[in-house]
Amino acid sequence: MSAFSLDVAHMFAGGLVLVSFMMLYQDRLFPLINALSLHSFLLALSVAWQAHIQNTPDLYVTALISIGFKTLAVPMALRRMVEKMGLHREIEAAVRTGLTMLVGIGLVGLSMDLMLRVTAGASVLVREDIALALSVVLLGLLIMVTRRNAISQVIGFMSLENGLILAGTGARGMPLVVEISVAFSVLIAFIVIGIFLFRIRERFDTVDVRALDSFRGERR
Amino acid sequence: MRVLLIGVAVLLGGSLLSLLPLSRESKSSVIYGGCFATCLVLSAMALVGVAGDASSAVLPLGLPWLGAHFHLDALAAVFLVIVNLGGAAASFYALGYGAHEHEPMRVLPFYPAFLAGMNLVILAADAYSFLFSWELMSLASWALVMAHHRDAGTTRAGYVYLMMASFGTFALLLAFGFLAGPGGAFAFDAITQHVLSPGVGAIVLALAFIGAGSKAGLVPLHVWLPLAHPAAPSHVSALMSGVMTKVAVYAFIRIVFELMGAPAWWWGLPALLLGGITAALGVLYALMETDIKRILAYSTIENIGIIFAALGLALAFKAAGMGDAGALAVTAALFHAANHMLFKSTLFFGAGTIIVATGEQDVERLGGLIHRMPISSSAFLIAALAISSLPPFNGFASEWLVFQGILVSPHLPRMALKLLVPAVGVLLALSAALAAACFVRAFGAAYLGRARTAAAAAAREADVWSVSSMVVCATLCLLTGIFPGAVIDWMQPAAVALVGGRMPPQLDIAWFSIAPVSASRSSYNGFLIFVFLVLAASFAAWVVHRVASRAMRRAPFWDCGYPGAGPIAQYSATSLAQPIRRVFATVAFDAHEQVDMPLPGDQRPATIHRFMRDPVWEFAYAPVAAGVGWMARWMNRLQFLTIRRYLSAVFVTLILLLLVLAIWG
Repeated sequence: MSAFSLDVAHMFAGGLVLVSFMMLYQDRLFPLINALSLHSFLLALSVAWQAHIQNTPDLYVTALISIGFKTLAVPMALRRMVEKMGLHREIEAAVRTGLTMLVGIGLVGLSMDLMLRVTAGASVLVREDIALALSVVLLGLLIMVTRRNAISQVIGFMSLENGLILAGTGARGMPLVVEISVAFSVLIAFIVIGIFLFRIRERFDTVDVRALDSFRGERR
Repeated sequence: MRVLLIGVAVLLGGSLLSLLPLSRESKSSVIYGGCFATCLVLSAMALVGVAGDASSAVLPLGLPWLGAHFHLDALAAVFLVIVNLGGAAASFYALGYGAHEHEPMRVLPFYPAFLAGMNLVILAADAYSFLFSWELMSLASWALVMAHHRDAGTTRAGYVYLMMASFGTFALLLAFGFLAGPGGAFAFDAITQHVLSPGVGAIVLALAFIGAGSKAGLVPLHVWLPLAHPAAPSHVSALMSGVMTKVAVYAFIRIVFELMGAPAWWWGLPALLLGGITAALGVLYALMETDIKRILAYSTIENIGIIFAALGLALAFKAAGMGDAGALAVTAALFHAANHMLFKSTLFFGAGTIIVATGEQDVERLGGLIHRMPISSSAFLIAALAISSLPPFNGFASEWLVFQGILVSPHLPRMALKLLVPAVGVLLALSAALAAACFVRAFGAAYLGRARTAAAAAAREADVWSVSSMVVCATLCLLTGIFPGAVIDWMQPAAVALVGGRMPPQLDIAWFSIAPVSASRSSYNGFLIFVFLVLAASFAAWVVHRVASRAMRRAPFWDCGYPGAGPIAQYSATSLAQPIRRVFATVAFDAHEQVDMPLPGDQRPATIHRFMRDPVWEFAYAPVAAGVGWMARWMNRLQFLTIRRYLSAVFVTLILLLLVLAIWG
């Protein structure tokens, strides 16, 4: 494997981490959805590149799924949802953005340090890929944790799933069956969360998940 | 080996068979009949298997890289005989008794699974199949305990049992983890290769005590036993008390004598101490009880104490390199385990016939049953004599062997053991005497005197299946008591495997005597005692019939000057236990009495109240229960977090684990 193909693979994977950081500081909804679109597009490019250098044509299918479904369909649906529901376009963060970014940097450092040591025996491509994929997963979780808006939690979840796919393709390619089943489970999750959003909205006139808590009569 | 496993598979199949849509009666008789036949075949095979070569099999079940190992050696064969003989007797008994079951589908599917589980525990030769079978046994017996779930107290019994069973299995799981070591070699033959450091050995020993002891009913882990054993249907109680506790003893022997390797000198100490305390406390509890099945359950605890004390003695001898003395103690333990299976099964069968005939479990509401249930009462009497360790029955033979072992103990090198063992011997002697008092009381209150209730007066002899099963077990009690030498010789291969020594052959000695160490030291002859007893009794009977007048007179009995005393005024079980309660239970259970004597002219009756506390429950269990309750209340807050906080909890846990890996990985 040439150094060039390795570099390109790293560029795409690193781009994913970068876009994750972009998501982390977005405090408006539409740019956040755009960032998810970009995230998924970069994933598709990365997967396609992996398919090319690993000579595994079924990864192209994964890339196509990523483009068609996560780059176009899901963001479009999210955008329609936001417009239809006439939501506030601002996202209320539970933790200040600066602090979140610092934590995010720490997480990337942690996953790099850990994964590079744990995967000492594997090939260079796999090592870097898995380390970056873990960063993406952790950043996705961080997005879910630090935002109060349900839509941004959906987006955090989708970016987390992108990280999983990245890890899967890096490690000698994921079997297509697994990929398709993951895609379907994400689809189901998306539908469920979508319905859930409409229901919250119908009942409470907001998608701030705090409404749910006050409905349960909980203190915060 | 293959036949044994097929037998177990047949038992498991029986569980499924019970789900077929057959009529109640036919299903019950098919299942119990099948269990009886299978157990009989299995015990016959194991009976021969003790002296035979060890055999093993590996099935592609369980963990994929391990497989399911099964192994039959002399020790396993001895316990297989105990399990399956008890199983056969209980199944035969249930052919009649099971017809009285109101909801047979709560018993039938679990009964064969319970038997299969116990067999598998004994055959298992790797930690995974062992624990799996152990849990199968526990869960099946739990389901059987819950069979009469509408009765008061049964749900609590089931709950306590389930808690203790899971706790015990958890301890065994940890013990096997330590035994297997970091390499994770879980097959028993690999575990025996692994040498334990002394510290780890101590931990494994403690875990074995907790795991096997909680199932066997060792004080202070016994609290579930007097609740759960009586709650089950009687044939299951017999199995749980007579057989399942022996499976626990087997687990202890297997782990401590074989898997842990060469013992340190002090390993015998905890077994001796706990055994002595268990024996004495168990029988004291039994003396305070009036529920017939609870009396029997507590007496099981006492016998487990005797068995564990003998095992502790064997460990001490083994560690001191005294193989032959160790063989004596181990044989005593195994012999007593087998005997206890025989007489405790008979006694629980007897309790079952009483419950069927009268609907009563409280001995204070029985009485006079010997007239209406002559055969089952004689079988009960024989078993009661045997469990009170009276010659010529088997209980005497095995307890005598235990005491012979104790008499050899001055030869032990360690001072601590030299001093402790005689003290334990005193405790065992005390408990043997109290056990006799306990069974005089149980038999006297239930079977002798006059009927205290109408139900007891209307009792009928039980069906032919139940009675014949009792009679067969009682006969076996007598036979093994008369010819203990045969049993001792039969068990020697197991003793050789466990402690490396053996007792001298007993069957060579004339007149069926047994001489455990040497003939010059001490010997016992059950056969001659039996012959003498029969001759003396026949002679006395002959003299009485010959010399006494044939004219029978019927006259009112002397009423001590209080005419018209009803059956309720008879000497009761509680009054019989009063002296013992005052002497022993004042210390052990903080027992005291309060007499409420009305003043002259006051019309209300005088009353006497008894107060007793269970120290084990108050000091060992109540604090733990309170702590768990406090923790549960505290953790209950976790149920009411916001979604974001749940996510944060997951996230923070993940990060912490990653950090741990990053720092120590």
